[in-house]
Amino acid sequence: MNIIANIDLMIAPFIGATVIGFANGFFSGFVNLRRSALSVSALSHTMLPGIAIAVLITQQLTQANAFIGALLACILVGLGSVLVSRNSRIPESTALAILYTAAFSGGIAILPHLPIIASLESWLFGDLSLMSHRDLNFIFIISTISLALSNFFMRPLLLTMFEPNVASAQGVPVRAMQYLIFTLLILMLVASLQAVGSVLSVSLLVAPSAIMLLFTDNTKSLFWGGAIIGALTGAGGVALSHCINIHAGQAIVILLGIIFLLAFTFSPRYGVLKK
Amino acid sequence: MPQHAHHQEHQDHSCCAHHDHHHDIVVENLTVKYRNLTALQNINFNTSCGNRLALIGPNGAGKSTLLKAIAGLVKKSSGSIQWRGTAVAKWSSEFAYLPQREEVDWNFPITVRGLVEMGRYPQIGICKKFSQKDTKAVDQALQSLHLTDLQHRQIKQLSGGQQQRAFIARAIAQEAHVLLLDEPFAGLDRNAAKTLSDLMHKLSAEGRLIIASHHDMRSTKELFNQVLLINRETVAFGDSETLITDQLLETTFLSETASS
Repeated sequence: MNIIANIDLMIAPFIGATVIGFANGFFSGFVNLRRSALSVSALSHTMLPGIAIAVLITQQLTQANAFIGALLACILVGLGSVLVSRNSRIPESTALAILYTAAFSGGIAILPHLPIIASLESWLFGDLSLMSHRDLNFIFIISTISLALSNFFMRPLLLTMFEPNVASAQGVPVRAMQYLIFTLLILMLVASLQAVGSVLSVSLLVAPSAIMLLFTDNTKSLFWGGAIIGALTGAGGVALSHCINIHAGQAIVILLGIIFLLAFTFSPRYGVLKK
Repeated sequence: MPQHAHHQEHQDHSCCAHHDHHHDIVVENLTVKYRNLTALQNINFNTSCGNRLALIGPNGAGKSTLLKAIAGLVKKSSGSIQWRGTAVAKWSSEFAYLPQREEVDWNFPITVRGLVEMGRYPQIGICKKFSQKDTKAVDQALQSLHLTDLQHRQIKQLSGGQQQRAFIARAIAQEAHVLLLDEPFAGLDRNAAKTLSDLMHKLSAEGRLIIASHHDMRSTKELFNQVLLINRETVAFGDSETLITDQLLETTFLSETASS
């Protein structure tokens, strides 16, 4: 398991950010194809109360209970909004916005009552410098699983995202594919907790392939280009954080924002100046 | 490549062209309910490859629901759909469903060729590579719909008629025998409608079965050779030449004005 045991702790954040950036950047392709940036934002906020309650119950913070707490909270809020929209005149996005903000506030309210407030805060806002070899292993494993599954099921996933009805008529198990995306999305969110924290993780799961959308009409380059952008900004963010003395997670998110604005302005294909 | 020879005979749809009885589609007592609402009640008709069947009826008559039921997208409450003598359990790879144009996300980052390639996905499965045979099927589908020159365009950069053709090309790459089209003529200008009409005649002459919902009564006779008039239930079914009479149109649409 300990493939990277010999790597000096100084470069652990560097590798961690690159790997997370790569996997999240790849996965951001799905987020953009589904036009679900809003629900990513909702889910990332929902993880907070989930993790907080898990810590409150177990009195400790581990990757396992953080993940289970985050997962349960996301499922509750996600299913809750579907339930509301199916049984009332309220659309799903409205229900989701109400539920996730309520859950997020609940999570913040619980925070002061937790035994391990300091380390939890670093989880919420991310702190790559605290990354251990175990964390790095965890990130490797989650990223590998997520990349492997999404590549293995890429064709049915793309069919589902493009037009669920047509996909279903071709025999694609559309429901199963939607659940797969949802599960992988939560996995990726948990994996990026430590790098950029639950709140800023939205950026890594949206920006990379959104940048690619301004350059390409090819789904393959959307995914792999997103992965490369994610990896480069991950590494670049860590480097930048050493230069200008800010947190690496914040540096990554700022970098992504700048690249996005540059792409929006100057892309030869879909940039605003081109029009 | 041992599959190759087999493919050659599979690819032209001569199996359909002889109108043999094995290529019938038989819909019996089809009923579809959404919760308490009955969308379709006891629909009956049968047709075979080589025909162009129009589904005609007022808004809310269940035309789209019928197409979706045949494609396996909505659950049958009762009744059966048989294709080539066997009941279609849920869906058939020989059916291709083409959605209404407004239901498609035209901003999706995919080229015309990419869209047509999607038709091959069920054949090649989850992780097999595109073979020469697949590439050829895509090339031919693009060519027969005159989309070869447009294949590298993003799908939003096509006209309405071209977009419709791109989806038909996808169905052809899928080697579908039965094309289920939801309002294919909606929003097309005269030229595009003419092209699509010619294309539908060509496809049915090749032995494919086309079933399409359609709202323009006047053009029905020239576009389709068969008609199913529905208003939640079967009003009438038969050849368009004999069936489309002024009197019948009135009865189909009378209930629409009465209910609205």
